[in-house]
Amino acid sequence: MSAGADTPAAPVEASQRRVDKAQFIVCVVLAVVGVFLIVDAMSLTNAFAKVDPVGPKLFPIAIGIAMLVCAVVFAVAILRGETGEAEGGEDIDLSEPSDWKTVGLLIAIFVATIVLIVPLGWAITGTFLFAASATVLGSHHWVRNIAIGAVLAFGSFYLFYVGLGIPLPAGILDGIL
Amino acid sequence: MDNLSWLMEGFSQAVTPMNLLYAVIGVLLGTAVGVLPGIGPAMTVALLLPITYNVSPSAAFIMFAGIYYGGMYGGSTTSILLNTPGESASVITAIEGNKMARAGRAAQALATAAIGSFVAGSIGTMLLVLFAPIVSSWAVTLGAPSYLAIMLLAMVAVTAILGNSKLRGVISLLLGLAIGLVGIDFLTGQPRATFGLPQLADGIDLVVVAVAVFALGEALWVAAHLRRRPLEVIPVGRPWMAKSDWKRSWKPWLRGTAYGFPFGALPAGGAELPTFLSYITEKKLTKHPEEFGKGAIEGVAGPEAANNASAAGTLVPMLSLGLPTNATAAVMLTAFVSYGITPGPTLFEKEPLLIWTLIASLFIGNFLLLVLNLPLAPLWAKLLRTPRPYLYAGILFFATLGAFAVNLQPLDLALLLVFGLLGLMMRRFGLPVLPLIIGVILGPRIERQLRQTLQLGGGDWSSIFSEPVAIATYVVITLLLALPAIVQLIRHRRPESTVQEMIEKERDNA
Repeated sequence: MSAGADTPAAPVEASQRRVDKAQFIVCVVLAVVGVFLIVDAMSLTNAFAKVDPVGPKLFPIAIGIAMLVCAVVFAVAILRGETGEAEGGEDIDLSEPSDWKTVGLLIAIFVATIVLIVPLGWAITGTFLFAASATVLGSHHWVRNIAIGAVLAFGSFYLFYVGLGIPLPAGILDGIL
Repeated sequence: MDNLSWLMEGFSQAVTPMNLLYAVIGVLLGTAVGVLPGIGPAMTVALLLPITYNVSPSAAFIMFAGIYYGGMYGGSTTSILLNTPGESASVITAIEGNKMARAGRAAQALATAAIGSFVAGSIGTMLLVLFAPIVSSWAVTLGAPSYLAIMLLAMVAVTAILGNSKLRGVISLLLGLAIGLVGIDFLTGQPRATFGLPQLADGIDLVVVAVAVFALGEALWVAAHLRRRPLEVIPVGRPWMAKSDWKRSWKPWLRGTAYGFPFGALPAGGAELPTFLSYITEKKLTKHPEEFGKGAIEGVAGPEAANNASAAGTLVPMLSLGLPTNATAAVMLTAFVSYGITPGPTLFEKEPLLIWTLIASLFIGNFLLLVLNLPLAPLWAKLLRTPRPYLYAGILFFATLGAFAVNLQPLDLALLLVFGLLGLMMRRFGLPVLPLIIGVILGPRIERQLRQTLQLGGGDWSSIFSEPVAIATYVVITLLLALPAIVQLIRHRRPESTVQEMIEKERDNA
């Protein structure tokens, strides 16, 4: 999974170390999750303390503290010029700057999918998910995008219903499908 | 019954027409996703986990076995026909394989990879038949303290040895452990880290985590960096080898297998190191040193065999101890769990038929790969031209479907998005994914094992050291953790080169 083979290895010279500030996001995530685990664990009680010296608290608190420690250690490492090698792959071109607009649009499509999946049903929502994602990713032939999406979504609806016995929500098409 | 008759029993289960069909589907699917960029075998098994709700365990595992070996094989096709390997294990194959393809010898490169994979896979599976029951019958004599220590060893090994930054490995592991905490505490029945949501009482479904981190995270990361110009695919006919190619290939196949299997079977196994060692060995032993760097067939045959043999080796700790050491094995273990089967040393005793059917289907899948893939190679080359918007839109579609079908609740999709974003973040900042998955799987098991050990010992902490195997394992863990520091001290703090750096260097030379 890892090891970007064609990654242009950014030579980090000792003299021209640039601090990759975006990495602080990792520290923030660690700190927030760590604090949450510790606070959450405080409300737990240990009913069998005698035979269960670990209790329900030890693991969350230990993991939480370790996360806080890692957040600090990582922050120091970042300030000293530590950079992570972004993951490469067949379709990944790391020589261009990141295209966060496409990512943002995909996330928006996904949020819409979460909201719509029950009221509209899987067949329609799935069609929308595929067609909209393909369009955002650069396939502008939108009639074909919708056609492929519809085949996948309606096909999987029936396959799951008949083949696996899993009733995906039919939504507004209930009774028609 | 002895192992051989169990294996025969497994074969008789696996060769029913229906199960053979599952094997063919698995092999084709596995190769297809192995060939396709952006999807790997781990992601495929993760996306197919919903079938475990309605398909019998043996059929599901027959299919997973096909996907497991098929995915390994498909990866080599990609790295030979495109110069950008998708998996770390095929990095080495790409060095000589792509040079061969450019020199018009793509058919021979694919043939030696396919036949070498078959040879290594068959020998590896035979070794698995030999060793897994032995390890398992040894492991059942171990008590909770030893088992706890061995699980800790696997966790430490995956986190600290693989990958090039220990700190990043630990961060990834901690994130996984945190995800594993969510749910009801098994001893006291109190909800932990559930945000008060009753849907989270049973914990976060591993399917959701695996699909999110592997599929959604990957799709979002590719979307941020999608190649504008598609890569050049080298066209290929039906793979074949001349007599001289056979003569140059068979020894590297066997040597590669000898490197791959033991490394795969170790708790910190992985295919990177054995493929690299195999490459260096072939480079030293070859009678055609002038061809290395220009497309030497030995440089494809050896590493490819090592890669497949290590895949077979990985199944030893997975089946005999319930310990996953690569991503695909980790996801396959979750399939056991969703069937209500506890992975671990008792597997061979409790579910012998299922395990031996799985092993038998590994042999069958391996054979099917050879007969199907030689004629299908041109088709796989065409598959590489799939328009990328459709490929990644499809991954998003199937990820959503796979995660939603588990419980049919939109909350799972919200979790999918959250962990998908986590997966995106990890790829952006170079955090390895494997420790996270291992943390999610092993974290809860380690906690349970520790607390049960202490319960049995009446709450006495010294009971975790009550077995000799446990003590020995803790010594190994300490050594593993201390070794790099000691080596560095001796070398006067000269930075040691990691495997990855050595591979990079080898690629630059080529």
